Amino acid sequence: MRLRRDTLKNPQQELRIFRARSLLAALLVVTMTGLLMGRLGYLQVVQHEVYTTRSEKNRVRVEPLPPTRGLIQDRNGVLLAENRPTYNLMLIRERVDDLEATLARLEALLALSEEEAEAFRVRAGQRQRPFQPALLMSDLDEDQIARLAVNRHRLPGVEVEAQLLRYYPDAEIMAHALGYVGRINADELETLDAGRYAGTHFIGKTGVERFYEDVLHGQAGLRKVETNARGRVLRELGRTAPVPGKDLTLTLDKELQTLAYELLEGRRGSIVAIAPKSGDILAMVSAPGFDSNQFVTGIDVASYRGLQEDLDLPLFNRAIRGHYPPGSTIKPFLAMAGLAEGAITPEKTIYDPGYYQLPNDSRRYRNWLRWGHGRVDLERSIAVSNNTYYYSLAHDLGIDSLHARMSALGFGQRVAHDVYGESGGLMPSREWKRGRFGQSWYPGETLSVGIGQGYWQVTPLQLATATAVLANRGEWVKPRLARRIGDEPVPRELPETPPDIVVENDAWWDRIFSGMEKVISGHEGTARRTGEGLQYRMGGKSGTAQVFSLGKDQRYNAEELAERLRDHALFMAFAPLEDPEIAVAVIVENAGGGSTHAAHLARAMTDAWLLDEEAQPDVDTLRETLETDDGSVAGN
Amino acid sequence: MTMTSWTQRLRGHPVRPPSSGMTRRKSLWERVHLDPWLLLLLLVLMTAGLGVLYSASGQRIDVVIAQGIRFLVALGGLLVLAQLLPATLLRWTPLAYGAGLLMLIAVELVGDMGMGAQRWLVIPGVIRFQPSELMKLAMPMMVAAWLSRHELPPRLRDLAVCALIIALPVLLIARQPDLGTSLLVGAAGVFVVLLAGLSWRFIVALAAMAAAALPLLWMNLHNYQRQRVLTFLNPDSDPLGSGWNIIQSTTAIGSGGVWGKGWLQGTQSQLEFLPERHTDFIVAVLGEEFGLVGMLAVLLLYLLIILRGLWLAAKAHDTFGRLLGGAIILTFFLYVFVNVGMVSGILPVVGVPLPLVSYGGTSSVTLLAGFGILMAIHGHRRFLPR
Repeated sequence: MRLRRDTLKNPQQELRIFRARSLLAALLVVTMTGLLMGRLGYLQVVQHEVYTTRSEKNRVRVEPLPPTRGLIQDRNGVLLAENRPTYNLMLIRERVDDLEATLARLEALLALSEEEAEAFRVRAGQRQRPFQPALLMSDLDEDQIARLAVNRHRLPGVEVEAQLLRYYPDAEIMAHALGYVGRINADELETLDAGRYAGTHFIGKTGVERFYEDVLHGQAGLRKVETNARGRVLRELGRTAPVPGKDLTLTLDKELQTLAYELLEGRRGSIVAIAPKSGDILAMVSAPGFDSNQFVTGIDVASYRGLQEDLDLPLFNRAIRGHYPPGSTIKPFLAMAGLAEGAITPEKTIYDPGYYQLPNDSRRYRNWLRWGHGRVDLERSIAVSNNTYYYSLAHDLGIDSLHARMSALGFGQRVAHDVYGESGGLMPSREWKRGRFGQSWYPGETLSVGIGQGYWQVTPLQLATATAVLANRGEWVKPRLARRIGDEPVPRELPETPPDIVVENDAWWDRIFSGMEKVISGHEGTARRTGEGLQYRMGGKSGTAQVFSLGKDQRYNAEELAERLRDHALFMAFAPLEDPEIAVAVIVENAGGGSTHAAHLARAMTDAWLLDEEAQPDVDTLRETLETDDGSVAGN
Repeated sequence: MTMTSWTQRLRGHPVRPPSSGMTRRKSLWERVHLDPWLLLLLLVLMTAGLGVLYSASGQRIDVVIAQGIRFLVALGGLLVLAQLLPATLLRWTPLAYGAGLLMLIAVELVGDMGMGAQRWLVIPGVIRFQPSELMKLAMPMMVAAWLSRHELPPRLRDLAVCALIIALPVLLIARQPDLGTSLLVGAAGVFVVLLAGLSWRFIVALAAMAAAALPLLWMNLHNYQRQRVLTFLNPDSDPLGSGWNIIQSTTAIGSGGVWGKGWLQGTQSQLEFLPERHTDFIVAVLGEEFGLVGMLAVLLLYLLIILRGLWLAAKAHDTFGRLLGGAIILTFFLYVFVNVGMVSGILPVVGVPLPLVSYGGTSSVTLLAGFGILMAIHGHRRFLPR
């Protein structure tokens, strides 16, 4: 029966049905293919631009090219700040087969301590974008680089990356003057021009590095790179080259700076040397210094606390921020003021009984020499550092005139052109006292100012600057640290230079200089030991600054006091007398006896600057001299 | 009625050998039972496919060679299958279907996990095999065999049997889980039924039932399957996760424009933005590097293959051959449509390769085996006297 049905099948009808259905199917196939084609046309023609943009965005990434920071060199071209390639150990996890084995191998290769290894693993475990290298260790040494290079084939995914890092070859000596760069922090990031600083991680934090940040930094460039889906750079499509920062030539002389630092070794203090004619700061040292390289990569907490808690305040830049009573060092300036105001003449003398009394006042203002210097004229007043002469002069001038005359020399204000973080010191006046204490000025306070005590506070830089102006016979040249920016010399005349000091009689300078020469070379000069064997004419003035007030008429033995309570020793000097090439200010904290200690250092500085190589001062001999000489010459 | 009874009868089906009663001299093509036009179109497609594969694999010649070897093996299979008499095919149909069904059950019980789904049957050291691939052919063969027993259009009782023939493997494959393949295998069976002249009332009723069953299907989907559908509806909802594939593939195609970026020049493909670029998403490489022109050319090639296939099926001598041939070629089209539709973003992501272009051995072998059967059906037709 079934067989029959099969044979009874109507082949024509079946064929008809099939043909109808397959024709329908063919139509459907064509329609649906048309639909696909329509979709493709929409994507590839209508939306082509949209998807082209999207595909470009996919593959093209813009990467910043940070500029190379300008180098800093001293006046003779000696590098003071350079960019040293450092090598960092990077790990790209996506290319590491066995992370655990790789880390273990690296730890063995680099001979890491347990602590380092732990930090190492923490960094390796940090989340990263795919194919973004993770920093495992920075600043590899040569030995480590060599060992990594030899084992490179066994360490897939491990790379050594070079990076330029600021390096200060003479970090301790230069730290304060030069400053340092450090990692850009969150606050700085907000104010910085993001385009200029793209890809840059460091910025000048203090000193020259900070003041000339704009010049040294340069301009970031860009490069367009093609990356794959995993962010790996495949090739460069184009670039705008970065503009490197300009090199900076400083006025500093590295040798002189080094000498100054060595002279102050083991001491707290500061030495500033200026070339009077050019305003060049030849040396600017604050001791103790510190290793500024530590700050570049980021100093560890323990070391930083150590520096901060050090009683010697190594991070404190005494040269520009240290406030010291100038003591007797300002007597030549006062003498000039007196001459200019007509309060004294070079020939006028006073009689010094060992003290000074204001009219209608029984209080005695003492000379440092109990029994007095007897008859004293201008030059002798400077040579022996007579107090009574200057009490009298200060009284005659009055505080207003004194304030004006001393301000004209730069006291109480910032004096330098390009010194970052400079303090203005303090030049007291009636207004200042009223504002500060709400009290009127007392005549006795004028007398204190007359011998550089009281409220008057100067920075070593100010003292050196005033000395330079004096050596220049009143002509102001602003002190500066930069000699050349790129190829551009810094001009001698700078904006906001204070007006020159003009006096009626030019010979008055000679009289003051003569007095200052007698300080060093005169038979009763306070620093006469310093003048022994001097090969040129030098003028100077000693000073001491009391750390705390002693009761009047009370004398003390410096050695009985704790070292830190001893007087600060100061000395200012310039040489050669007839044509000054260098002006120096020296401050040695708690040295005791200004004429001895500070004056020897000042002379070492002038010797070094003025004499030939054979005659250069020897620091060790000098130190011996200082020990035997200490306190043997009394003086102010 | 038992299964053996009617196949035994078919064995006795009087099929005259082609040589008898023929006066015309047979061409070489007729003697090897191949259709030269279809073969040519397939060879062009495969050659073009190898070219695209070279680019899509990241210019790896070893991948291209491996694919070429598979093509050769599969072409050998095509040649062998083309020699079979339709009667032989018919005789083997219940065996193939039964074996396929048993293997699917075996997969269910002892199958090997691959890519998070149980799809492979492994005889250790011998072979890894996906029974669902066998089903792609065995299923339409079985349905066609059943329906060709009786006069068309099919009666309700036969349709019920066909529903069972289709449903069993579909459900087993869906459990693996491999929803995409199960739907494609099911579609192959359904095509046979549709070509057999299923009445329009049934078609409408079934479509309505399918629509009604959609929520039920949704509830039974795995999470990743639902995610695929949701991603399809809004790829930007998860651009770096499940939306990534579709965003990158449409970007690749769209950025290709009319003329394309050039062979090996596609940035989306060469820079690895495109996922699965040498397997399921290879058409995006084609679209990016050869543009609309290349896409239209390839679609046209597919269209020609399909129309030629339908033509061959229509000229088959018996109902079994016609139904089977038609279903095979329509399934082939479905693969093309689903793959291109998915990569160009008009269908959800289903793991369907682009026939004869995507890298992969099993699918090429199955597809060319299907064409072998199609040629067997055509090449052994009776030459009726005019």
